[in-house]
Amino acid sequence: MPSVGSNVLRKDGLPKVAGTAKYVDDLTFPGMLYGRTIRSTIPRGKAEQITSQFDLTQFVIATHADIAGENIVHLITDDQPCLVEHEIRHVAEPIMLIAHEDPELLWSANVHVVEIPEEPVLDPLLSTVIQAELIIGGGDVVAGLASADLIVEGEYRTGHQEQLYIETNGVVAVPENGGITLHGSIQCPFYVHRALVRILRLDPDKVRVIQAETGGGFGGKEEYPSILAAHAALLALKAKRPVKMVYDRVEDMLATTKRHPFIVRHRTGVMRDGRMVAADIEIIADGGAYVTLTPVVLSRGAIHAAGPYNIPSVRIHGRAMMTNTPPNGAFRGFGAPQTQFAMEVHVDRIANALGMDAVELRRINALRPGAATATGQRLGPDCSAVDVLDEAVRRSDYYAKRASYTADSVNGGIRRGIGLSLYYHGSGFTGAGELKLASEAAIELTPNGVRVHVASAEIGQGTRTIHAQIVADALGISYDQVETALPDTSLVPDSGPTVASRTCMVVGGILQRCAGELKDRLDGASLGDYYRQHGAVIIKKQYERPKGLIWDEDTYRGDAYGTFAWACDVAEIEFDPDTYEVRPVRLTAVSEIGKAIHPVLVQGQIEGGTAQGVGYALIETVVMRDGAMANSQLTNYTIPTTLDTPAIDTFILERPYEHGPFGAKGVGELPIDGPAPALVNALRQIGLDICELPATPEVLMSHAPAHAHAPAP
Amino acid sequence: MQFTLNGTQITIDAPPMKRLLDVLRQECGLTGTKEGCGEGECGACTVRVNDEAVVSCLVPFAHVDNQRVDTIEGLGGEHPLQRAFAEAGAAQCGICTPGMIMAALTLPQNPSLDDIKQGLAGNLCRCTGYEAIYRAIIANRGSRIADRGPA
Amino acid sequence: MRSALSRFELARPLRLKDALQIRSAGPITPIAGCTDVYVSLQFGQAADTRYVSLELLRELRYIRAEGDGLRIGALTTYTDIIRDPLIARRLPILAQAAREIGGIQIQNRGTIGGNIANASPAGDSLPVLAVAEATIVLQSTRGERRVPFLAFYTGYRKSVLRDDELITAIEIPPIEGGQWFRKVGTRAAQAISKIVIAGVKSAQPRIAVGSVAPTVIRLPQTEAALARGVDAREAQRIVEQEIRPIDDLRSTAEYRRRVTGNLVARWWSDSARA
Repeated sequence: MPSVGSNVLRKDGLPKVAGTAKYVDDLTFPGMLYGRTIRSTIPRGKAEQITSQFDLTQFVIATHADIAGENIVHLITDDQPCLVEHEIRHVAEPIMLIAHEDPELLWSANVHVVEIPEEPVLDPLLSTVIQAELIIGGGDVVAGLASADLIVEGEYRTGHQEQLYIETNGVVAVPENGGITLHGSIQCPFYVHRALVRILRLDPDKVRVIQAETGGGFGGKEEYPSILAAHAALLALKAKRPVKMVYDRVEDMLATTKRHPFIVRHRTGVMRDGRMVAADIEIIADGGAYVTLTPVVLSRGAIHAAGPYNIPSVRIHGRAMMTNTPPNGAFRGFGAPQTQFAMEVHVDRIANALGMDAVELRRINALRPGAATATGQRLGPDCSAVDVLDEAVRRSDYYAKRASYTADSVNGGIRRGIGLSLYYHGSGFTGAGELKLASEAAIELTPNGVRVHVASAEIGQGTRTIHAQIVADALGISYDQVETALPDTSLVPDSGPTVASRTCMVVGGILQRCAGELKDRLDGASLGDYYRQHGAVIIKKQYERPKGLIWDEDTYRGDAYGTFAWACDVAEIEFDPDTYEVRPVRLTAVSEIGKAIHPVLVQGQIEGGTAQGVGYALIETVVMRDGAMANSQLTNYTIPTTLDTPAIDTFILERPYEHGPFGAKGVGELPIDGPAPALVNALRQIGLDICELPATPEVLMSHAPAHAHAPAP
Repeated sequence: MQFTLNGTQITIDAPPMKRLLDVLRQECGLTGTKEGCGEGECGACTVRVNDEAVVSCLVPFAHVDNQRVDTIEGLGGEHPLQRAFAEAGAAQCGICTPGMIMAALTLPQNPSLDDIKQGLAGNLCRCTGYEAIYRAIIANRGSRIADRGPA
Repeated sequence: MRSALSRFELARPLRLKDALQIRSAGPITPIAGCTDVYVSLQFGQAADTRYVSLELLRELRYIRAEGDGLRIGALTTYTDIIRDPLIARRLPILAQAAREIGGIQIQNRGTIGGNIANASPAGDSLPVLAVAEATIVLQSTRGERRVPFLAFYTGYRKSVLRDDELITAIEIPPIEGGQWFRKVGTRAAQAISKIVIAGVKSAQPRIAVGSVAPTVIRLPQTEAALARGVDAREAQRIVEQEIRPIDDLRSTAEYRRRVTGNLVARWWSDSARA
């Protein structure tokens, strides 16, 4: 019986509900020490000597001087040191590491770094250091704007967002076999592996990285764990003992990456009949103190900035600026939530300017099969913008509600509003990214069936389950006959990072091809017979770019992604004019994702992403003061509870993508792009013209008229 | 100090102000109870003391002296609510799951959706948007409350 | 955990008498539900290493009628308050406040005495006690003191509680008139108050607000105006002049001022209609 499309029991389900799944903090090793990071307290300046009122001789200590290799956290640009030598670029930058077997003694040690402050740059608009810049489209946008009946302008701002995985970042480094074994809460074992090889100057086969069960990632465990892993490894190699470093919540929020704040400016030329003819879009991203993944976040943000619309002339100019704040990095959506918030709010404002229905305006301009995106990517038959729009409008009863909410006031002056957003999200790495990654995946014939070998991390999204389903069906065996190896860099091939909505579509696609070859080899024989004859066969394959995909990195033209997933959100809200609080009542999310390999898991991705998007829209505020997150406690950085999360009505459409396994596209990031603009557009119905996130009650108040309650005499 | 852990009376020697969370994880070796924040906000460390849900990061060990403590391990992995969580997709990354289940066990008989939301407002989940958790609990209504786990 | 808990001392007296002895013997921090103290310990913010736990003092955990009023033992938990029929009849806004404190895990452990002792200007039960004109009962080996709630706090996180005293009970006189409570937090549940207000509508109306000043405050000018019979619009104007909130991590002075005004006006106009 085929398992693809059915809700098989997830592979990691029972250990997780039983409490037996082992996360990093659940691991202990004989002789293990605990590590602590001494960090900068100023946003910019110089680190001078280290002082302590404690006898530090009883601690294991590591500084940059203990780095055998390069003092660099390997990623896109080699600008970030593993440990500060002299120059401090942000608050909470790591300077020194200490370890002890007694964590209480470790935390009571009073260690200070003498710091010489310099004037920091905290506002990206005042920064002169460009970390990344790109231009999509070009020259004809001026003519396009000139030919328009109307030009609509707008500026949109989005704030930081904390990933807030419930399990904080953590690793254990164990010195063994003349090298280091690293157990970590991580999304990308080979990122960590490469970073460790360079910092520790060890042979690649002396560095082993194993993913422990991981309590959420959302991008926050994509690039960040490399530096933490290096810290633990430095201490462990020096102590010759295992070292555990698990951040507490304060340190995790203070020191680790956040979603990039964006400023997006739109100038859009539209015709009276609603056609958008030209879009000039400027993006400024706050990259923070080091480059990390900023260029690719900016790139994905820019590619999605014109939204799922067919606009003949588009120019998108993106820049990422350095500031003296902790580096921003990967977070589910990766630039697209910011730019699509801007576009979808802008589209509603265009509709207002034209006096046109916001749904109709979207329907007129929506991308259709055969049309081209801002990068000139021709869309295939799975392009579903109009389909998701129509279905979401129908399911949510949008028009009837919109009509009834006009001038509507329920109990206690509460007002209601409804709004929507139409959006898309590219599956897999951008541009030539997948080609460069050249990911490999393998399957191994075992006495009991097959075992999947990938570096893709199970971080809650269901990696192990969907990979097993794909392999099972491609081989025509039962789901229970497929097991998955733990991501361990010494055992599995590098199937690339667990990011970019690529784990199902790209890695799953390679696995499907592996299974296809094994099936050919079996030639009708049973797995058991074949195993008895040939032993443990391993079939490994590499990513192959689907025929016809082209991309020019220099001009930013071509097929930015293999394909896109499409979605429309309809948000219904209640607004309290006394407190300016918004209660999200219901969110209808219609998503077209090619093929739902496991519908329950897909629904879980959409519901979870939607809730995270609701938090992004309404309550999650990173308060930055003097370059540091001032509210770095869970008490003060609030995420949605059960009572803050709306009822979520998900509906899945399937328009198979010809190169995806069983037609599947990516779904992990898609659902976080849409809730914020849909909610803000619902506020527009009650007269609040909001152009920034988060739309907190304090922000809404500044847009609401002062009102007095005296009943009319 | 003596207390009843998952139905068995045990004696544990640990400092009185040590967090119950740490005693469970270290002295008792039960790592199913998770730490998410240490400030009583996330609910990941929820256990039951005398059948009431508490966050074990804010409980001094001394406070369970001669009391009954139930953790996720006490359910044995076979509890119908655990199965329902696994099947409904209510556990994604799984780090909030033990605490969520322990809190769910203290919900009233045949809880309404509103009862569930109120009862779980002290347990944060970042993966599911809570919907699958509601579905798991509702699917399990009836069979669950009858069995309050080992006491 | 940034505090060295293993090195801390804890006394666990069985009777109030013994607890007071321990308290009189030198500086020691009382703990009960620990829902505030352990948060400070987590952040390494508590300096003390000696603690006395009151959790065994069953004699301090009760809710009972006193004439037409109430007497609540200091160790009464929020859950006790939420479930109590007497509170539901005589001081329903206290139960309403208790329901909005943390999640059930916090409600099961946190005590009303602790909420008072913690002395946060954002304490959710405190505006209720302020409009109820509660009396705080303090005991030490030297005897008992009864302090009007409004005289209890002397400044930000400061009170008249002496180092040798314990809060043992709260007395609530009979309340006439409609009761009102409203909390505005940073989210719908498990939130710290941005504004927390309680009101009593009687011939002498009373309003108390938290999170807008260093302590929970009553609003005498607004109360006097309401007693004069001003309309909601005027009440709003006076409230907004009377409070002096500040900006902090959770909200702004302007938000607190306007929302307090809006809510008082809403309450006043709604109750006029009722």
